[in-house]
Amino acid sequence: MSGAAIGIGSSGASVKRSQKTQSVLIHVVLIAGGIIVMIPLAWMLSTSLKPPHQITKFPPIWIPDPFVWSNYVRAVTIFPVSFLVFIRNSMYMSLMITLGTVLSNAVVAFAFARLSFRGSRVLFIIVLSTMMLPQQVTMIPLFILFSKFGWINTYNPLIVPHFFANAYFVFLLRQFYTTIPRELDDAARIDGCGVIGLFLRILLPLSKPALGITAIFAFTWAWNEFLGPLIYLSRMETFPLAIALSFLRAAHGVLWSELMVVSFIAMLPPVLLFFVAQKHYIQGIVITGVKG
Amino acid sequence: MSAQAQSGRTPLSRFFSSSVWTRRTLKQKEELIAYLLVSPWVIGFLAFILGPMLTSLGLSFTETDLFTLEFVGFENYTKLLSFDTTRTLFWTTLYNTAYYVFLSIPLTITAGFFIATLLNQNISGQPTYRVVYYLPAVIPGIATSLLWLWLFQPEFGLINWALSLVGIEGPRWLFDRSTAKMALVLMSVWGAGSNMLIFLAGLQGIPTELYEAATIDGAGIWRRFRSITIPMISPTLFFVVVTQIIWSSQVFTNVYVMTEGKGGPANATLMMVLYLYQVAFRQYRMGYASAYAWIFFLILLVFTLLLFRSSKAWVYYETEIGGQRS
Repeated sequence: MSGAAIGIGSSGASVKRSQKTQSVLIHVVLIAGGIIVMIPLAWMLSTSLKPPHQITKFPPIWIPDPFVWSNYVRAVTIFPVSFLVFIRNSMYMSLMITLGTVLSNAVVAFAFARLSFRGSRVLFIIVLSTMMLPQQVTMIPLFILFSKFGWINTYNPLIVPHFFANAYFVFLLRQFYTTIPRELDDAARIDGCGVIGLFLRILLPLSKPALGITAIFAFTWAWNEFLGPLIYLSRMETFPLAIALSFLRAAHGVLWSELMVVSFIAMLPPVLLFFVAQKHYIQGIVITGVKG
Repeated sequence: MSAQAQSGRTPLSRFFSSSVWTRRTLKQKEELIAYLLVSPWVIGFLAFILGPMLTSLGLSFTETDLFTLEFVGFENYTKLLSFDTTRTLFWTTLYNTAYYVFLSIPLTITAGFFIATLLNQNISGQPTYRVVYYLPAVIPGIATSLLWLWLFQPEFGLINWALSLVGIEGPRWLFDRSTAKMALVLMSVWGAGSNMLIFLAGLQGIPTELYEAATIDGAGIWRRFRSITIPMISPTLFFVVVTQIIWSSQVFTNVYVMTEGKGGPANATLMMVLYLYQVAFRQYRMGYASAYAWIFFLILLVFTLLLFRSSKAWVYYETEIGGQRS
């Protein structure tokens, strides 16, 4: 009896010990991988603060000596247009796209999640199938159309389509709405709520987290957008940050410090947003399986 | 419909049908509101997706810049798909894109899945690891491209320095046609964190009872992995493969920035979307570009359909989940 108990006890201890070595091993692998992921970013920061002669040192110098903070000033004043203009343009574009995305998708997803109408299944399948569509196949006619509107060198071609819903966000929000119990709908209806009241007073307030996720994703994608602005914007004072950076690369391809400075500035908004809202971020990815 | 057909029969049924009819007006009213609410998407679909798609198909049989338009029949297609490589760059771009997609997808998926498996072992500090590994995925493509351009720099770049530490003389990466595509592939692995998060969500959805039951039945780690993890994760894997093929075949920002829009050296990194951009927006050959865009679309469509077909053989759907997913 006691022998058996000891036997169980000792095997339990060895299982525990082997689990411990296993988890240490996993930590070692994860930390090593994490360092490899972070090195490029450390290198970016390091380069952005180096004096010119240290940039091309081989083997590389990791800690700049001295720290040349003036690189930051020089990098943002290298453009013929004020750097603030690019930031303002990027902000304007991203915020307008975010606004359009949240408004239109909240409404459309509500109809798909809660209202029954003829053809809703077929329509939803069409919505989902457009996720698979590469945007390139619509790019040329849209360019011709928008140029006929006189929208070249404006932000309209980049913003306006986002006011007409998007498959990813319809899917994300619909998935979220369906987790809100239908009993709430029934209760609201008994209290005399119409469809619109149901949406405004019940579903919308309860789905703030999902709307937040939508806003975060929309902003990040808009901020990182490249091909669209490249096609539609050709005057420098209309450039968003991304296109201004690619201009700098073309004009001064070897000014590595300056390129790293502006890259660092360009990545700050989405990265900070990610840090602040990482829980929402991860939740959004779990809901849709779509990357941010 | 059937209620109206019945309504003409007897006074009694007419009486009933009138109440049915008023209820239907309420229902119809709701239906009308529903259509109103989905109308932004419907309008957007017609104006920004279906309309342009059909227009682009039409344009593909013409030669047009923004001002003139001339019908040319199938000429764009025959020129594009001609095997005379002095006339078309289609095969070069197809090869480059396929090379990139089929190397980067297995690498990013393996890396993402591997990290997710490790993170799923009840590890402490999981949120921190998640943030670290996911971070590259939120960085704008332009910043990533400039950073990696610098890392791949042949003389002073960090990568060749790291290689020199282990006694390898690094190649000239983006300046050498034999390594340029590989540089783009390696760079894509840095963003494997987005796959990692999706896999992690999938792994965490596998009920632990399955593992417990298998352990009691004497299944070892490998057996549990093969008989539980792999089938249970296969829907997630399928989703990742499909979306990754669609997204990574559209690779553009990296190549555009790193090769200054040229796809060099010697067209070694001329990807399909980059070439499409050049033809449409540098040379303004909109008809030719439309034909090219449609071929690109059809290739992706065939691939996606084949994947969906094959999924029956290798993707495991639990019956009740399978019902919900459709």
